[in-house]
Amino acid sequence: MKQEVLLGDEAVALGAIHAGLSGGYSYPGTPASEIMEYLIRASDGGKRFVASWSVNEKVAYEEALGVSYAGKRALVSMKHVGLNVAADPFMNSAITGANGGLVVVVADDPGMHSSQNEQDSRYFAQFAQIFCFEPCNHQEAYDMTRKAFDLSENLGIPVLIRMVTRLSHSRSRVEPRPPREQNPIKYGEGKDWILLPVNARRQFRLLVEKQGQLIKASNESEFNSLLINTDHTELGIIASGIAHNYVLENYTDETQRPSILKITTYPLPESLIKDLVKHVDTVLVVEEGYPFIEKNLMGIFGIVGKDIRGKLSGHLPSTGELSPETVRQGLEMEPLPKRQIKDFPMAARPPQLCQGCSHADTYRALNEALGSYPQSNVFSDIGCYTLGALPPYNAIQSCVCMGASVSMAKGGAEAGVYPSVAVIGDSTFAHSGLTPLLDAAAKDTNMTVLILDNATVAMTGGQPTFLSGEKLERVIEGLGVEKKHIRTIIPLPKNHETNVQIMKEELDHKGLSVIIASRECVQQARRKKRSEAE
Amino acid sequence: MKQDIILAGVGGQGILSIAFVIDNAALKEGYNFKQAEVHGMAQRGGAVQSHLRISSDPIYSDLIPKGGADMILSVEPLECLRYLDYLSVKGIIVTSQSPFVNIPNYPDIEKVLSEIRAQEKRVLVDSEKLAKEAGSPRAQNMVMLGAASPHLALKDENLKELIRVLFEPRGEKLIEMNLKAFELGRNAAM
Repeated sequence: MKQEVLLGDEAVALGAIHAGLSGGYSYPGTPASEIMEYLIRASDGGKRFVASWSVNEKVAYEEALGVSYAGKRALVSMKHVGLNVAADPFMNSAITGANGGLVVVVADDPGMHSSQNEQDSRYFAQFAQIFCFEPCNHQEAYDMTRKAFDLSENLGIPVLIRMVTRLSHSRSRVEPRPPREQNPIKYGEGKDWILLPVNARRQFRLLVEKQGQLIKASNESEFNSLLINTDHTELGIIASGIAHNYVLENYTDETQRPSILKITTYPLPESLIKDLVKHVDTVLVVEEGYPFIEKNLMGIFGIVGKDIRGKLSGHLPSTGELSPETVRQGLEMEPLPKRQIKDFPMAARPPQLCQGCSHADTYRALNEALGSYPQSNVFSDIGCYTLGALPPYNAIQSCVCMGASVSMAKGGAEAGVYPSVAVIGDSTFAHSGLTPLLDAAAKDTNMTVLILDNATVAMTGGQPTFLSGEKLERVIEGLGVEKKHIRTIIPLPKNHETNVQIMKEELDHKGLSVIIASRECVQQARRKKRSEAE
Repeated sequence: MKQDIILAGVGGQGILSIAFVIDNAALKEGYNFKQAEVHGMAQRGGAVQSHLRISSDPIYSDLIPKGGADMILSVEPLECLRYLDYLSVKGIIVTSQSPFVNIPNYPDIEKVLSEIRAQEKRVLVDSEKLAKEAGSPRAQNMVMLGAASPHLALKDENLKELIRVLFEPRGEKLIEMNLKAFELGRNAAM
């Protein structure tokens, strides 16, 4: 078949299509968004298979689970923190098991390029006691995704694929193989899927009993490799996923390579690890993310007579993203000579709101409206508007997780914060803001929720939103917010005075208010114009 | 053959379009390549960079090691300096001399340019002027690709063909303008 140039994310998507995918679901989030973008482009408007953005990751997961229940192959993709949102169906799907192949793709963000933490999804796979792949390059991303569907059906469990930013957003060649047909429909059996205690106890025992099979599959996986250097017994390296690339990068002379175990599957391939450790005195564990393998190796007592090195020992940095040079340091090699500049005042160029962005006008108005109060607090949320934290706006005081602005503003108000303001985008509101607003409406909490409705999921590249415009207003009213305290403003410089006035009125109101700041994202407007021109 | 290139600029300057042309030209000439890009939050008007690796041998890391790059190709002079520690002692700098000022503390441009001139093997191009001459200030990325082309291990005809492919959906006028930008950049750097 024809070679393709693909992002790591796209290689996963193509692998899923060629594995006979029937349904793919996701919520946008960097660095995972390009998986669904590709699936949607390839789905031919849903004629080939279903590919769809969902309202949040939990919903996406459950939709995929429904496809699996029906005996067909399903993929659900998300960024690492999205799996926190989907943790409930994720953990329980390990108990129900998969009927049709169920593959969960989670893209971690070591180094927090576009995220609020760098949690390591391998722990989630271990927590649920399921199988996990960690590809190190584009071809593996494609091949492992195909394999993951087969394994999911053979073992009857969901399979997780752990991607990381560097692979998700790197482009390279992929050699595809002939595709496989989709599965016919075949309903799941009630005794597996009704998780009443009587069934769940049995299902959980089955899952625990399968663990030996999972370890066997890991030991025998064609994607792992153990290369023993019989001339050397000093150093051995265990490298997983893309960390393996950084190790090889530093051994340009292949004959100088020590013994290397490449790990790309979990649970850990125990027999391969034993074979390597037996052969050497010192083991350097190189892994992207938390010291997952290193901790498993060390336990509490370590391994008598062996020097285990990695992030815990300080040979590699314990936070942030690995790189060829940090791994080089861990290998105790001299750094490469490089160019330098002396005493030059390098200025940072942080990301910022676009020219003409509606959020800028909203924040200018909000800052002015809040200026007349001695103290105030703006709880913000996840989206472009989080950039309101930076100068010249300095407009927000928190950003924690999807939807937290509304719930935190309520908690804050109940603790005495006044004015207590929540700032949340239209898509984030649909994702996780509805439920806390229902809560605040039930108690008519003294707080003001500002919904920034730019009619798109802007930060991740302009995916469709579920709640915008009139529909958004009707839903807010339906949640029980008093109609006269649902206000709409158009955030434009010419409306500044009016907008400040409306904000002041609602901040003064002793109860719940919702202000919708409604204006299309400038990037999205540009994209629309361009696609119309083409 | 091995060529490791750091592409640099500011979000919106079209770094990924340069990458597209080089990637696909490398594919056409049968080389392996890997190209790491920046998506998401960092793209919004901030510093952006892409690690582009071409080789006839297998490529392992998606990232170029510090001190390992053969070229920094930058559409903005300050951004070129930001990644200087990636450049090997033998590497070349090909950069625009036209500043993109969207931060209040942008350093004195003369100091920026003299720092670049103090480096060995560097090519500075007035990309803003040349892009305007080609027809649009937005074509600075193709001016810089043209300026880098004499030092790339790829054939000019392939680079130009992929500029065509890239701008195909936007019409013949834009194709011609970007090809002209490429030529002007190339001539300025020769």
